[in-house]
Formats: sequence, structure tokens, C-alpha cells
Amino acid sequence: MSQIHVSTTINGDATEFLCEPDETLLDALRDRLGLTGSKEGCGTGDCGACSVTVNGRLVCSCLMLAAEAEDAEVTTIEGMAEGEALHPLQRKFIEHAALQCGICTPGILVAAKALLEQNPAPTETEARYWLAGNLCRCTGYDKIIRAVMDAAAEMRGEMRRAS
Amino acid sequence: MRYEAPSTLENAVALLAGESGSAHVLAGGTDLLVGMKSGFTEPDLIVDIKRIDGMHTVTQEDGGWRIGAAVPGIQLGEHDGVKADWPGVVEALELIGSTQIQGRATMAGNLCNASPAADSVPAMVAADATVRIAGPNGSRDIPVIEVATGPGQTSLAKGEIVESIFLPARPVRSGDAYLRFIPRTEMDIAVVGCGVSLTLDEGGTCTAACVALGAVAATVLLVEDAARVLIGTAVDDAALDALAAACSAAAKPIDDKRGTVAFRKKVSGVLARRAAKIALERAKG
Amino acid sequence: MALDDKLGVKDRTFKIVGTRPNRPDGIDKVTGRARFGADMNAPGMLTGHVLRSPHPHARIRAIDTSKAEALPGVKAVITAKDFGHVPDDMADVLDHCLAGDKVLYDGHGVAAIAAVSPAVAKQALKLIDVDYEVLPHVTDVDAAMKPDAPVIREAGGDETVPDGMSKNAMHRFEFGHGDPETGFGEADLVIERSFRTEAAHQGYIEPNACLATLAPDGQAELWCCTQGHYAVRDMCAAILGLDKGMLRVTASEIGGGFGGKTTVFIEPIALMLSKKTGRPVKMVMTRDEVFRASGPTASTSSDVKIGMTKDGTITGAFAEFRYQGGAYPGSPVEFGAMACFAPYDLKHVKTVGWDVVTNRPKQAAYRAPGAPMAAFATESVIDELCQKLGLDPVETRLKNAASEGTKSAYGPTFPQIGVKATLEAAKAHPHYAAPLGPNQGRGVATGFWFNFGGNTCVSLNVNADGTVSLTEGNPDIGGSRASMTMMAAEELGIPYDRIRTVIADTGSLGLNDVTDGSRVTFAVGLSTIKAARDAIRVMCERAAMVWGIDPDAVEWEDGHAKPAGPNAGQFPPMSLAEIAAQASNTGGPIAGHHEVNAEGAGVSFATHLVDSEVDPETGAVKTLRYTVFQDAGKAVHPSYVEGQFQGGAVQGIGWALNEEYIYGEDGKLQNAGFLDYRVPVASDLPMIDTVILEIPNPGHPYGVRGVGETSIVPPLAAIANSVSNAAGVRLTDIPMSPPKVLEAIDAAG
Repeated sequence: MSQIHVSTTINGDATEFLCEPDETLLDALRDRLGLTGSKEGCGTGDCGACSVTVNGRLVCSCLMLAAEAEDAEVTTIEGMAEGEALHPLQRKFIEHAALQCGICTPGILVAAKALLEQNPAPTETEARYWLAGNLCRCTGYDKIIRAVMDAAAEMRGEMRRAS
Repeated sequence: MRYEAPSTLENAVALLAGESGSAHVLAGGTDLLVGMKSGFTEPDLIVDIKRIDGMHTVTQEDGGWRIGAAVPGIQLGEHDGVKADWPGVVEALELIGSTQIQGRATMAGNLCNASPAADSVPAMVAADATVRIAGPNGSRDIPVIEVATGPGQTSLAKGEIVESIFLPARPVRSGDAYLRFIPRTEMDIAVVGCGVSLTLDEGGTCTAACVALGAVAATVLLVEDAARVLIGTAVDDAALDALAAACSAAAKPIDDKRGTVAFRKKVSGVLARRAAKIALERAKG
Repeated sequence: MALDDKLGVKDRTFKIVGTRPNRPDGIDKVTGRARFGADMNAPGMLTGHVLRSPHPHARIRAIDTSKAEALPGVKAVITAKDFGHVPDDMADVLDHCLAGDKVLYDGHGVAAIAAVSPAVAKQALKLIDVDYEVLPHVTDVDAAMKPDAPVIREAGGDETVPDGMSKNAMHRFEFGHGDPETGFGEADLVIERSFRTEAAHQGYIEPNACLATLAPDGQAELWCCTQGHYAVRDMCAAILGLDKGMLRVTASEIGGGFGGKTTVFIEPIALMLSKKTGRPVKMVMTRDEVFRASGPTASTSSDVKIGMTKDGTITGAFAEFRYQGGAYPGSPVEFGAMACFAPYDLKHVKTVGWDVVTNRPKQAAYRAPGAPMAAFATESVIDELCQKLGLDPVETRLKNAASEGTKSAYGPTFPQIGVKATLEAAKAHPHYAAPLGPNQGRGVATGFWFNFGGNTCVSLNVNADGTVSLTEGNPDIGGSRASMTMMAAEELGIPYDRIRTVIADTGSLGLNDVTDGSRVTFAVGLSTIKAARDAIRVMCERAAMVWGIDPDAVEWEDGHAKPAGPNAGQFPPMSLAEIAAQASNTGGPIAGHHEVNAEGAGVSFATHLVDSEVDPETGAVKTLRYTVFQDAGKAVHPSYVEGQFQGGAVQGIGWALNEEYIYGEDGKLQNAGFLDYRVPVASDLPMIDTVILEIPNPGHPYGVRGVGETSIVPPLAAIANSVSNAAGVRLTDIPMSPPKVLEAIDAAG
């Protein structure tokens, strides 16, 4: 197997790497680029811990070949905060104790951010269905959903002020 | 293993036709990569079709819709035209996996994976959808139900690729629906799936119907008896009872980790009745 | 341990305990920076992989590793034989990692490889030839108890097992007092039923992972995700013949455990591979391996018989439990048999437990090990008695509830306990009176857990700038850094954000027992408070030195040393920071320590209320509303206490409805993945309401009781009772998956 050269953009930074043809995007992020915030909980798309966005679409990075990332825009949990400023979702997750062990947290935050970008005012049911692909074994989801709803409300408030 | 991402259909077909080992088409990859992870699938060649023009597009054709093989669920779910005409098909595709899976999984992939439990297939069969297949000898169109020949097996020849799926023009006063049963609310494989499409005349009498069941046989079942009992009725309770009975009788399921024979047979009827009611409401507008 | 009178919980008002500050590791965890088991690498590292048995039971005639060893990129191949003789108490632990003469379950490790890449390792695994003699297998607990069942362990059970029983019965337990038969004679109604529960997995989202280095001089480093790195050290040192002091184990951040990460599965293998190769070896289990070859809980079968009078008095109770804990002795049947009747004050009670082996992986602890399944059985029968006698299930439980002075069903006499408080709270809650719709049912159940204290060692260092470094030795699995920081801040009288809590490696602090038994907030909290008091004592001495007065004449208040009274002298109070700044001139660094094998953990009770809706045509169950009432003693950080209540309840919901180990006739696990091992997803659930009750534990300075485990004890029973009420037929088989519910409904007509 000869390695493939990939040119891509990760969290806004132009990035190049070599990967095996059968290597997943998750493995490339974690093992080649040092971006270990995306987690492998299952490797089969059932837990969502590896969630990233590719060209704006929420995907499981374990179910995508690294080679497919050529010319793509990839964002990971490492790209969520802007400098010192946490994203409102990140802040609300801490404030609401929406994590216990924290292993699912990066994937859930990436997924929740994608939700609020396409639906700034989700109902509780919409949030629960959107996040159904992100398993959390610690919290029973209660505080996660509360944190997402609270962050959404705050972000809507900010948007109103901005306009 | 080699990874190729050709920019033309001809090249993709040539690559697949020329591979002596195990060659796989990659669209959304949500089944292929799972198979690779488990070691069940060990490809020698993967042909990524997402860089081929037209694979991502949804276009109107003869009053119906031609859907590129690499169109993911989320894109179809955002397409108001397809959703308005074939809500059952779109809902079936959208039931597959999580939001993350929806970002990648395609209807063509769901079809070619040839799982008896594939959610979009009964809905496509009920919608009388066809598949355009490109191959070394040119392209051909076949009905959706002719693609899967058994679990994991398709009628596609070496070098052939599904290029697009065609949903025909929706007849007036018609509606479709798909329902499946899963133990949880999301993230499961269908234990039973049922797609129903029906057409009414001006008086509300059913003039055409198509009913398909998933996960109750080696391939998706087109239940002609079920269609027959609806046609000529107002899809009233008696007709729905007959529909449920026909579906339960037609189901030929197995006992497995997801359900029992008795459960699947009974729930085939339950879902058919419920799906028919939704389709009926949609047909009435 | 008595309450500290001066700082007694009864009159104490807390400034920090009981508030909800942000957890100190929050930013690391929301930015992806926190390093979990698989997030660590080392220069020159190899990757380790295990070859696993495809058979549930087979004798290993021979293993030929020569072809694998010859593959370029393979640096070592090992089997159990490479470990030589290990101490008797570690034999099963090693055997569960790598099989000896027999493989005992589907997925049992047979050999392991260290290679330069996963691709090479994958190829090499296929080149190992194992010659198996396949043996008959048994995976079901009742089948394993039959006298002619396939024998898994030739030696059979111990002296508690009568002759003629299956050799798979390892041990028989018995608890109780009085004579249940006499009690049944006094009853107006006696109900006898049998129950089954399938095995659940802890389902932690982070697969087990480790990075090991073992040098030729016997010095070793191990990084791993574990609930107890000291336990990992002790097990690995014993298995590899290392000195404990030479093996330094560092706990990574841990992505869930719930009891499942209290033992070793890959760590000794990684160390041995490192020893053989002279290079660091990283191992990460796949999800498939986690399901097949870690430590799920037991599956069970039970018979329960309870008698009740018309007015709701339980006159006699008997239960017999059979738990299979995999191919090795040690199922948690003992805890189940002890815990199930603990909420009640019973005159005649007896429980019997059988520890059974089958061809499954060796069970590990799962949150209140053994108790949920037993409570499911006994609380179901109590519910049915109430139903048939027309009694209110909460009132009836209250009538029989244990209280201070009750001789418990498992032996000890209870001190102050909260079972009645949880039932009173449930009775008074709007949930209990809320109307139900068609096909809906309400269920109630009460549960008990013992809680644990254990070996604990805490060090608290006061820095020259007035900040404090708190060092403890228990991985933070659910916000415990926050709780420890809060208790230290409360005691020292300084702000929460002036303290940083660090989890030490095994070389930096004395023995700390595993993060289990709901022990951490209790025992580490207690030790933190005592370590803070130790530091306060030192700071008072330093202030006394500065002031030139007797140390006994100095007291500590609100973060300051001050003269104890007018006779002690007139000095302005000195703050912790002021004392710390002068430490170099008053005797050197200031620290406090506490080391203890903590007792007095304080038992815990919970009552759960749940409303379910059953689809009578499909058997699907929807959880509509759920409320947890639990005694926390004192909730240090209420958000994380609520989180434990919610998390335990939802794990219970999953177990009750859809989670199960499914073995085929061939003895192979059919659902080794999150697709078909169905843990609850967000859209399955309602919000989980919580009511925290605070009946102080006299064994802790602030009254804290452990809260982590009790919350999973009632759900199986509570949901079974709600589903039974909704469906109009009694469900006795967990999980209550739709096919089973539909079959029960259809059978009842």
C-alpha cells in the first residue's frame, strides 16, 4: 500500500498529510495531526464521539476515509473556541454540569453546534433527535439537553443584539 | 488496497471492471467502512464516486426526480420538491442512522448494500422507482426491486455502478408513506419496515396501490395481495384489516437478535395499516 | 468515626458546599484537550493487539506463532505461557486476559502481538495457528445449573455446594433471619414468581486503552484509563513479578467506567509486550473487544415468594438467586441476596444466592453490582401483592420500611437511614398524583446500596502565594475534582478558585482504593477535610510562632488564624496567604495529610417513580416521566449529585427495556457493538427529575453519603411495574424488549 497525499483545511488551517488508503479521517486526525479531541468510541458510526463537520455537514470521522478529505473544509472540537473565548455551548456545558466523564463531550458539542447553525431555535424534541447519534452513558442526557437549549437561547439573544 | 476518486463515470466503470480483486464503490461509505472495520470487507480497490459530475445533483425529469447516487440523506431531506412529491421515500431515507450518518449515507448505497432491512428500499419499491446502472456495456434502467437478489447480493455485474435513482412523476391524488419498527427511537436497524403508496380517484376510491415490506424476507417483498385488497375500496377499516392480514401472511421472516417470527409477522400488518393511513391522508391532500 | 462536634453538620452552615461552581477540569473537557486513555503516545511506540478465540469453549492443543513472528514489522508475540507462574489470587485475572489451557468464552484472548503498525498486527494475527479441541459450551445460567451441563471448571464448587449439583455452581450464600414459612402462614396472600435478567454491559463510551513501558531493570510506567490505578499497579505487579514501587501507574482522564474499569484486560499484556520488545507498547481495545472480552455484569434467574396481610404488612419473604458471572467464580449474587430486602423491616426473611459459571467473559462490577436484578425480582412481587390486595404501593412500602434500629435483612442493625424519607417524598410529589392516559402505567420501586469507604490518602500543600494544591489518588469520573476542591475550600475558608486538585500517580501518593462503591465523595472527601484540618493545625502553629503565643491559643476562622480569645493576646487575624508567605521563615512548607481506611460510609436508599406507555400492537415502551428520590446525606455539588441520580436511572432504563447480551446457539455473542447493544439515545428519554434528600451520614464530617450506585437499583423494578400496569400483564423477563412485551400482551389475551 502506498500512502496518499492529502491537502485539506482543518479548523481554518491549510493542512497536508500522508495517509494509508484505508485509513479513516479519525485516525488521521488523531494519529497524524495530533488532534485527539475527536474520540473513537466504536469505529462504526454508532456513538458519535468522533463527530466533525466536513464542508459544513456533520459526519462521523470514523466512517470517512482520510483520503476523502482532499480539498475539504474540516472542523473539529479543537476549532470550536475562538482563542480564549469559549463557544456558548462549551460554556453552557460547563455551567450546567452537562458532562461527567467528558469522553462524549467533544462529539456532542460539535453536533450541537451544527444543530444550532441550521436551527437556532430547536424544540427539546428536535434537539434530542438531532443528538440521537451521540451516545452519553453518564448523564442520561438531561443536563446536556438543558445546556443546548440554554446556549441556543443565549445565542439567539446575541444575534438579536447584533442586528 | 487502492483508493481512486475518478472524475468521470467512464473511468469509474473502467477501474471497477479492470480490478481483479475485490472492488467496492464508495458513496457515503456508512456501510463500507463498517464492514472494513470489522474485517468482514477487505477491498483491494475502492472507487470514490463523489468527484464525478452529476452524482450530487437532484434534477427534475419527466415530472419525476432523478437523484444522483452520491446524494446524502440530509441533502434529499432539504429538497422541497422531492419531499413534496415522495415524502415517504424521503422519510425512509432520513430514518437511516443518526444525523451524522445522514450527512453521508445515500439511497443508492442503501440499495446496493442489499440489506433486507434497508429502510429506503420498501419506500422506493412502493414508489415504483427505477435505477440507472452504468457499466462497461453502457447504461440500463431497472426497477428498484430487481437490484437486491439476497442479503448482501445484487444483480449488478462486474464493473457496474448505480448512477442515479429515478422517482417517477407522482400521480394526482396519491400519497406515500414509510414506517419501520425499531426498539429505540433512533439508531436501530428496522425489525420490520413497510412502504405504502396509493392513488385515489375523485370519489376517494383507491385506484392503484403498492405495498412493500422490509426485514421480513431475504429481500424486500412487494406484497401484491396487499395492494389488491386496497384497490377499489375507500381504504376504510375493513380494507385496512385486509391489508394488515395480507402483509402478516406475506411476511416470511426469521428469528434473529432483532426480532422473532411471530413479532415480525404481526408488526408487518400493524405497520402496513398505519403507513396506509398516512398515505391515504397525503393522497387526500 | 463520630461527627466533629465543633463543626457538626447539624449546626453548620456551609458557604461553598451545596453550591454549584464550574468544575475545574471543565475547559479541558469541552475543548478536546483532556487526555483520555488512547490520547497518549510515546516515541518509538509499538501497537499491541490480541488474537481472540472464535469458540466459546475449547481446549488449546497448540499455538504456532512462528509465521507471525517471521512477518516483518512484528516485534513480539506472546501467550499466557510467557507470564510463567503467577500468584494464585491473580491466576483468574491473567487467565481472563490470555487463556491458559482452555478458552472459556467467545472473544477470550489467546495470544498477543506487538507490531510497528495496526496493519502489520492485523496481518500477523491471521498468521497465528491455534489448534483448538472444541468442547461443549453453556452460556445460560439455568442451563449451567443442570447436573449434566457442560463443565467449565473441573474442580467444581466449594464446600457450600451440596453434592450432586452442577459443577458450575461455585458457591452458595444465605442471609436472613426468622422463618419465612412461618411468615407465609400469617399472610393473607402469598405470591411466588420467577424472574430472569440478561447481562448488561457498563457501556462506557471510552474503550479500554493503555500505554506501557517496562525496562530491563524492572522499572515500569503505565498510562491507562482505569477507575483505580493503584489496583492496576498491584495486579500488574503481581502478574509480572514486579515490585509495586517500581511500577508507576498514571490514570488518564477516564471516559466512563461504572465498575467496568476496576480490573485489567490489556494492561499486563502491554507490559509484557514492552518487556519483550524493549519499546513502549500502546493497546486500545476495539468496541467489539470491549463487549466480548471485558467484564459485563451477570445474567440472573430467580424465584421470589412473599406473603402479605390485607393491611399490607409483609409477613415473610424468601428469594433464591442464580447469577452467572462468566467463566470464573465471583458473580455479585452475594450483594444481590443481601441488598434486595434491605429497605424493609422484616420478621421472617431469607435469601439464597448461587454463584454460577458459564462460557461468558468474567463479569466485572457494574454500578451497585448485583442489586438491580435482585431488586427487580423482589420489588415486582411486592408491587403485585399491592395490586392484588388493592393497596397503595408507596404506602405499603412505607408501612414496612426499615428505620434506625431495624435489624436489616442482611444482618447489621441500621443507624439513621433515609428509606422512609424517600418514600414520603415520592408520596408528596406531584408526579405521584398526576393523571395517566390510556395504555399508560405508573411504577414505583425502592432500592438500597451499601456504599463503601476504604483506603484513602490525601495531601494538601499550601503554596507561598496562598493558593492550595490538593493531591488525591482517585480518577475523576464524574466531577469529583470539583467536590474535593469545594470541601477543601469550605474547610480552609478560602475561595474555590484558589485551590487546584490534581489526581496523583501511584508514585506520588499512598494507596487509594478504586473509584468504586460510591466511595470517593465520602472517603476522599473525608480525607480532604481532615488533610485541610491538618494544614490548619500547622498554620495555627505558624501564626502562634509569629505572635509568640501558645499554639493552643490560636484558632481558625474564615480562612484566618486568630487568637482564640482575649486572654490569648491582641493580634489582627492572619490570612492563609499571609501565613503561607512567611512559611520559609516559620519552619518551611506547609502541608496537611490524611491517611485512613475509612469506615462509616453510610448506606443509601432511593425510591423511583416512572410512567410508561405501552403500544399494545407492537409492545414498544416509551418512558414518559421519571422522578428519582434519593438520600445523598449531604449534596456537596448538587448538579453532580443530580447527574448521578439521572445517569443511574437512565442506565437502568436501558437495561430494563433493551440492553442485553445475546448469545447464539453457537455460544457466540451476536451483538458486540452499539448498533445492537442498545443503550438509550437522547430521543428515547424524558427529562429525569430528581429530588435530593439529605439525611446526614454520621460517619462523615459534613454528613455525606455516596450517591453513585443506589440510583441504578430501583429502575429495573420500577419500569417493570409501570410496564406491567400499562400492559395489564406482569412482565418477569428483563429486558422487556418489544417482542417479549407483545408476546405477553397477546398471551394474556
